[in-house]
Amino acid sequence: MSPKLINRLLLAPAGLWLLTMLVLPIVVVVVFSFGERAQAGGYVPAFTLEQYLNLPARWKAFQNTLTLAPVGTLIVLLIAYPLAYYLAIKANPKWRTLLLILVIVPFWTSILIRSYAWIFILGGRGIPAILEFFGLEGIRLINTPFAVLAGIVYGYLPLMVFPIYVSLERLDKRLLEASADLGSPPWRSFLQITLPLSLPGVATGCMLVFILLMGEFLIPAMLGGGKVFFVGNALVDLFLQSRNWPFGSAVAVALVLVMLVSVTIYMRAIKRWGNGRDDVSLM
Amino acid sequence: MQSADTPTSNAGRAPIAEFRAATKQYGAVTAADQIDLAIMPGEFLSFLGPSGCGKTTALRMLAGFEVPSSGSVHLDGQQVNLVPPHKRPVNMVFQHYALFPHMTVADNISYGLRQQRPKPAAAEITRRVEETLTTVRLPGFEQRRIWEMSGGQQQRVALARALINQPKILLLDEPMAALDRKLRREMQIELQSLQRALGITFVLVTHDQEEALSMSDRICIMRAGRIVQIGTPRQLYDAPLNRYVADFVGKSNFFAGPLSQIDGPIGTVSLPGQSGQGRLGQGVQKGANVSLSVRPEQITLTHSGPGLEVLIKNRIFLGEHTEYLVNHGDLGDFLILVSRQGEALEGTFEPGEPARAHWKPEAALILNND
Repeated sequence: MSPKLINRLLLAPAGLWLLTMLVLPIVVVVVFSFGERAQAGGYVPAFTLEQYLNLPARWKAFQNTLTLAPVGTLIVLLIAYPLAYYLAIKANPKWRTLLLILVIVPFWTSILIRSYAWIFILGGRGIPAILEFFGLEGIRLINTPFAVLAGIVYGYLPLMVFPIYVSLERLDKRLLEASADLGSPPWRSFLQITLPLSLPGVATGCMLVFILLMGEFLIPAMLGGGKVFFVGNALVDLFLQSRNWPFGSAVAVALVLVMLVSVTIYMRAIKRWGNGRDDVSLM
Repeated sequence: MQSADTPTSNAGRAPIAEFRAATKQYGAVTAADQIDLAIMPGEFLSFLGPSGCGKTTALRMLAGFEVPSSGSVHLDGQQVNLVPPHKRPVNMVFQHYALFPHMTVADNISYGLRQQRPKPAAAEITRRVEETLTTVRLPGFEQRRIWEMSGGQQQRVALARALINQPKILLLDEPMAALDRKLRREMQIELQSLQRALGITFVLVTHDQEEALSMSDRICIMRAGRIVQIGTPRQLYDAPLNRYVADFVGKSNFFAGPLSQIDGPIGTVSLPGQSGQGRLGQGVQKGANVSLSVRPEQITLTHSGPGLEVLIKNRIFLGEHTEYLVNHGDLGDFLILVSRQGEALEGTFEPGEPARAHWKPEAALILNND
């Protein structure tokens, strides 16, 4: 067997996987998106742009996704960074592993069950009841953007903490000594040394969280109660409830395009910022 | 090379830095124990000792990375125990340089300047970086990335970065540990001439006796957190306080035994099968267990001269010298260094061959073991 043939054979399983799991479904979705809805739901072959022209009907879902995904990512980042910093730099190494495990533990339970817990916490007998006790009446938390954001922060925190933790943990602490030695007070050392050198971790974390958030549907479904819905929820609705496959496909294609565009812009920005910074791998 | 035997003239000058009974403890471990030392302005002082002897702790107390557990550290007459590193007028060249990987050479070097408030003007910073790069002989390297530089170049960048703030004291923590031998020698010479030219006080930490001997005005020999002896390289070499110092500074052969007799400046040590004579070292007392220390180059090796009957065990050609390992029936193995001139007189010696080893009593030194 020629080496070329061996290479092809070795690549075949991965190639096949990509083809059946990624390329084919996308082709199907794109084809469906130009079709028409059958009377009883489903798909009838056709070539029409009707579904795409109909997209503004789901504008609200896109609007929610495109605001709550970046805002959620930002909030997750703002909470995750100090946590990762504490774990990697300040925490006693003796307790570090235990603390890291504590960050992962929630992952051991289904997000569904954890979201139910949040329904209770944010619902009428949860935090609002406590607030009422202190005289703050009529505060509604569940089924608000706040509830969705709380769920997002809770669910996605570990995904942001770990990449940042790794980049901070790898940071050579002697660099901070050198910085102090050269006259920089601790807070400026943080801005000039620690933060720039941990940005690869920040970039990775933001990417992970943002991409997954764009496709999120469970958290808004449970904590947004149909009032705060994402594109993901619109898709579930279109495919499973109204069985309007062509329109659902058009929405899905639109989501993929929006994601591609935002990720491309993000990567460009990172590349530009990281220009000449080949000393640190960005992704 | 250092030619003067006298330390830098300090008459009437105040020390630039001082340790007063400075002690550093980590839990039960005492890393630095009651260090008393005055560092004079403009001198090149080295802390020399094996790893774990407390030399780095001493340096870090000067830099401000360690707060003394007791005692005090003074800079320019001010007690600075609690002054943080960024407020001290000293700069350090770190062991593995600790250069900032995300910055260019110019940004690394200008880092110290950029921390000053008010910040110097951009043009001033550029000028000073250029000047400092010229000082360390790396002109035109401003825009290079750190990882594009060789080890020797990185070392110069680290040096430039530490020098740009014109520190009162430059601290060097094993700065040449990562360089190969030849480069190390070059850097040593360069560092020394740089120190002369700039007039800045240099404090070096090293475990390499050759490095300390060749560069320093004074060397501070340390062991187990304590200073054993302070002196010029020549003082330490010619008049070591004890066996530890003699062993650490240069090579020496030691023959242990009790000091049996004292005749003026010369003592006699009872050794297995014979006695050996030598000059009396500091504080040796009759009857005490001492070591007779003989430098390998002080021993004459002949084919049939006077002295001990020895057998040549091994021969190492070192260029200008040849090192012989010889064995004596009672005294065991010891080293003899024969110079080219010596070889010209006696010829070479082959392993397995019998020979005679001889030294004058004045060439040997009787030292306390501790």
